[in-house]
Amino acid sequence: MSHTLLIAENVSKKFCLRLKRSLWYAVKDLGSEIVGCKNSHKKSLRKDEFWAVRNVSFRLKRGDTIALIGPNGAGKTTLLRMLSGLIKPDTGCIEVRGRMQALIALGAGFNPILTGRENIYINASVLGISKTEVDRKFKDIVDFSEIGEFIDTPVQNYSSGMRVRLGFSVAVHINPDILLVDEILAVGDWGFQRKCFNKIGELRQNGTAIILVSHNMQVVSTFSEKALLLNNQKHTFFDNVGEAISEYNKLFSVKGDSDITKICNGTNKIIFYKIDIEQQEFYPGDSFIICMHYESLVAYPEIQIDTKIMCTNEPENYFQATNRAYDKKIDLQKGKHVIRIKVENIPINNADAIISISIWAKKRAEALFWWRIPLKFNGIGYSAGKNFLNMLYEVN
Amino acid sequence: MDHNSKLPVVMYTPDSQMRSPLHLLRLMCRDLASSRELAWRLFVRDISAQYRQSILGVFWSFIPPILVGLVFIVLQSRKIVDFGETDIPYPVFVLVGTTLWQVFAESLNAPLQSVRKAKLMLAKIKFPYEALILGAFYTILFNFLIKSIVLIGILLFFKVKITLGLLLVPMAIFMLILLGITIGLFLTPLGMLYTDIASGLPVVVQLWFFLSPVVYPPPQSFPFSLMTTLNPVSPILVGARDLVTKGFITNLYPFLIVSGLTIIALSITWILYRISLPIIIERMSA
Repeated sequence: MSHTLLIAENVSKKFCLRLKRSLWYAVKDLGSEIVGCKNSHKKSLRKDEFWAVRNVSFRLKRGDTIALIGPNGAGKTTLLRMLSGLIKPDTGCIEVRGRMQALIALGAGFNPILTGRENIYINASVLGISKTEVDRKFKDIVDFSEIGEFIDTPVQNYSSGMRVRLGFSVAVHINPDILLVDEILAVGDWGFQRKCFNKIGELRQNGTAIILVSHNMQVVSTFSEKALLLNNQKHTFFDNVGEAISEYNKLFSVKGDSDITKICNGTNKIIFYKIDIEQQEFYPGDSFIICMHYESLVAYPEIQIDTKIMCTNEPENYFQATNRAYDKKIDLQKGKHVIRIKVENIPINNADAIISISIWAKKRAEALFWWRIPLKFNGIGYSAGKNFLNMLYEVN
Repeated sequence: MDHNSKLPVVMYTPDSQMRSPLHLLRLMCRDLASSRELAWRLFVRDISAQYRQSILGVFWSFIPPILVGLVFIVLQSRKIVDFGETDIPYPVFVLVGTTLWQVFAESLNAPLQSVRKAKLMLAKIKFPYEALILGAFYTILFNFLIKSIVLIGILLFFKVKITLGLLLVPMAIFMLILLGITIGLFLTPLGMLYTDIASGLPVVVQLWFFLSPVVYPPPQSFPFSLMTTLNPVSPILVGARDLVTKGFITNLYPFLIVSGLTIIALSITWILYRISLPIIIERMSA
C-alpha cells in the first residue's frame, strides 16, 4: 500500500503585492501563455512580486497523512490550490495520481434559493460526481449531514453550520484517492466535528492519502504522522509530527520577553531584596522553588500570595491560585526572612510561560511585591499538547 | 496493488499548454464531454432559482423585445421615423428582428456573466470550465424556446405564410447564438481582470443594436451599406429573419461565410478561455 500518489518537486508560486500591477502581469502572462513561449521569466521576480511558496518538494503515499502547518500567510492555501490544479506553479512540477478531492470550499455551487436536495446534486456534479453515484449514496449523505427533514428547505434558511455539514457530507462520500483538507473542521458543533474526524479516519483506513492544513496542533498530531512546516519561503519536512509541532510552536514564542519584569519590589516598610529561582528552563514533571528574601519594618498578618502561570501562546491563564486555595494562612513577620514557594510536578509541555507572583496585604488593598519571571518548558518527544501527564502502561 | 497504475495521472507544470497542442485538444474534448452533466445541473439550478423567485417568470424572456418592437411600430406608423419599405409587413419585420436581436444580445453577455457569477466556485474548486459556457448555452436555448412560442404567435397573427424554410430556422438561430457566445467568450478573460469590460458591454450592445438592421432594412447605398457588410451580426440576423418570414435566405453567401468564420473563431476563443482561466483564478482571492 505504499504507492506514491502525489509528487511535488521544487514547486514555487509568486504573487504580486499591488492589484493594478498584478492585473497587468496577468495580461502579460496571458500573452506569453498564448504565444507559448518558454516561460523563463517565471523563475525570477518582477517588480512588486514575492514568493508565496518557494521550492517545496514532498511525496504523498497511499494511506499517508501529511500535515501542512505554518503561520498565517506562509503559503499553505496557495500550495493546496496548486496541488488541486486550480493555479499553475511558477516553477517545478506536480504529479497527481487518482481522484483528488479538496475540502476547501464546502458547499461550492450551492444556490441559496434551492432546496438541500437539489443542492446535493449540484454540489456533487461540481465536484465531478455523476448523478447515478449520488443517487446511490444519497441516503448516506443526508444521514451523515444530520439535516433530516430540512432536506427540502431552501438552503438560505439553513444555519451556517448546517450548510457546511451538508457540503462536507457530499465531499467525503465520493471516496477520493487524495483528500485535501483546509482548516474546515473548525466549524460545526463538537458532535459533528467528531463525526468528521471519524469519517476522515475511515477514509484513511481505506487508503485515502490526506493533506491536512490546520492551526490546531491537537488535530495535527492526532491525524498525521508527518508534517511539512512552511514559514517564510522556507519549508522543512518532518517524519515525526511531534518535532514539527515543537518547531511550529517556537515560531510563536514571544521574543524579547526573556527578562524578568519587576513591577513592584516592595514599599517603604518592606523590601524584597533578593529573589532566587534555581533555573528558568524545565521539562514537564520538574519542580522548582522560588525563594523571596525580604526585610520588613512591620508585620503583615494574613497576606495573600497570588501565583499565576501564563503560557505565551495561550490567551488564557494556564494556572492561577492564591494561598487561600491551599487553605494556607501566611503571616509575614518583622525583620529578615525568606518566603519559599515550591511548585511541584509541572505538567506544561513545550511552551514558553511566565510565572507571575504578587504578594498582597490588608485584604489585597496594598501590593507588596509583584514580579513576572519568564520560564521555558521543553517538549517531550513523541508528544503534543500543552500538558504532559504521567502515564503508566501495564499489560496483564 | 496494480490498480494504482490504472489511476489517472495529471501533471501540473509552469509550461504553457500551447506547447503541447495535441494534449491540449485532447483535454478540451475530454472536458467538454465530462462537463455535460455539470452544465445541465448548473442550467437547471439557474433556471429553477430564477423562476422560483419571480412572479412573471417566463414573461421576462419575451416582454423586452416585444416592447422595443412596439415602440418602433408606433414610430414608423406615425411616420415619426421612416425606415423605408420592407418586403414583409413592418410589424412582423420589427418584432421578429428585436426577438432575434435579444437572442444575440443574451448570447453575447452570457459567457462573462456566468463566469463572473461562478467566481467563488472557480477560486476554490477545479471543475471543467466548459460547463459554465455550456450551461449558459442551455439557458439561452431555453429562453429562445419560450420566445419561439411568441414568434409563432406573431406569424399566425399577421397571417405570414408558413413555409418549409421554417425548419431551417433552428440552424440559423444556432449560428446567431454561437456568434454571440464567441464574441462574449473572447471578452471574458479580460473582462474577468478588468471591470471595464462588464461596464462597457451594455453600452456597446445598445449602439450595436442601432448599427444592425434590426428595426430597419439593410441599407443598400454606400457608405451606409458598410454598416451591414462589416457587421458580422447583420448577415446572420437578416438570414434568420428571412427564414422565419420568407422561408429562404436572400443573401446566402455572406450568411455562410460568417457562419464558417464563427465556428473557426469559436474554437480559437475556446482555447484562449481555457488557458487564460488558471491565470485569472490566480488573481482572484481564494
